Amino acid sequence: MPQVLGLTGDEAVAYAAKQSDVDVVAAYPITPQTIMVELFSEYVANGEVHAEFVCVESEHSAMSACVGASLTGARVFTATSSQGLALMHEMLYIASGLRCPIVMGVANRALSAPINIHGDHSDMMGSRDCGWIQIYAENAQEAYDWVIQAFRIAEDPEVRLPVAVNLDGFILSHCMEGATVLDDEAVKRFLPHRKAKYPLDPEKPLTIGALALPDYYYEFKLQQEDAIRKAPEKIRETNREYEEISGRRYGILDLYGMEDAEAAVVCLGSTGGTARAVARALRKEGRKVGIIKPWVYRPFPAREIVKATGNLKALAVMDRACSFGAPYGALCSDVVSILKQQRRDLPVLNYVYGLGGRDTRPSEIRAVFDETLKAADTGIVEEPLRFLEVRE
Amino acid sequence: MAGIILEPGSSVKYKTGDWRTFRPVVDPEKCTHCLLCWIFCPDIAIRRGEKVAEIDYNFCKGCGICASECPVKAITMEEE
Repeated sequence: MPQVLGLTGDEAVAYAAKQSDVDVVAAYPITPQTIMVELFSEYVANGEVHAEFVCVESEHSAMSACVGASLTGARVFTATSSQGLALMHEMLYIASGLRCPIVMGVANRALSAPINIHGDHSDMMGSRDCGWIQIYAENAQEAYDWVIQAFRIAEDPEVRLPVAVNLDGFILSHCMEGATVLDDEAVKRFLPHRKAKYPLDPEKPLTIGALALPDYYYEFKLQQEDAIRKAPEKIRETNREYEEISGRRYGILDLYGMEDAEAAVVCLGSTGGTARAVARALRKEGRKVGIIKPWVYRPFPAREIVKATGNLKALAVMDRACSFGAPYGALCSDVVSILKQQRRDLPVLNYVYGLGGRDTRPSEIRAVFDETLKAADTGIVEEPLRFLEVRE
Repeated sequence: MAGIILEPGSSVKYKTGDWRTFRPVVDPEKCTHCLLCWIFCPDIAIRRGEKVAEIDYNFCKGCGICASECPVKAITMEEE
């Protein structure tokens, strides 16, 4: 029977990893590590899981160990945050390049300097081109649900790519809320034992990680690109099957009010919840607003976003990370380029917000909607890139 | 996929000897067959031989470690 548990985002992720019958977890146990692996190590110590927990000396080693374990055909999980993800950067590319279906929980937090520790998306946005499938959860429930689905997506023979499940640092990682969990058997049926096509096996030796020079490297990268482009189809398939066992419907985008919205906000993660509450209030006042919240950020949901903007007259994109010196934040750059590519001429306002865990209140999102509605009326964008709630 | 090579040990087919700028040459008169060069060679490009160390020029990259380690200066590096 499904039951409702009081879980923080970290705990929800750890619980999902436990139910997913993970074989190996390799993680660096000290700051900026999260409770995700701390709790998982307790499961191991208590004999609640049959997993090998490898305590390594850095995140670079953590991801290296995960890659090695994954290549043997094991189901592998790890977690990190902030500077830890940055230190892993090199190995992230190796995990995706060697097609290792690792699942990683990332509590999104700011990067130094100055030292901060609080929530924003600078860490994952800094590694957004690493070839991983990137999911953003809005709450503990979504984090739990996506981790279980992530294993299925990652291990699909046509995908075979690592998946990062992102949850906002502190706002989700450390806040407790009710989450409905499936029973162990249901998850077990949903996630059969992983079957690797070419596992490391002393009986059948093979070479992994060999040199590929200008004559072949490019082709391997194209295979990777093909695989990540195939992922949305597999993600949808996984979502459908997961809905059957959980009753919860996921997809590539989480949309609210988009059937008739004239102004909308695109945002990732927990901000989607605040924005939805604001949009609901505005709709009661008769203003046609909506939310586009990508669950899947990589591969970028280009077709889905263009389709969702059908009736829009203006769009705001909220970036919780700063791309220093760039025309827009990372999310907005993607949105603008795809609108341009599809000849969708729409005023777009970009807001960088919430850096270093600065709170984003409903009043601020309301102001974003007000300005977007104004742009919808006038068609004019005075300042394309603005910085919300900051002292100037 | 992912550059996996299903045939094990295939690197023997990849001759790296043409990377070399200087070639190590063993003087059989001086060589005492102590095999320090054989131990130090990072590319396993030295064979023990019957009486003197033998260089495998298919794989020797010419790093010169053998010449540097040889206690009797029996190996000299000559430009290719």
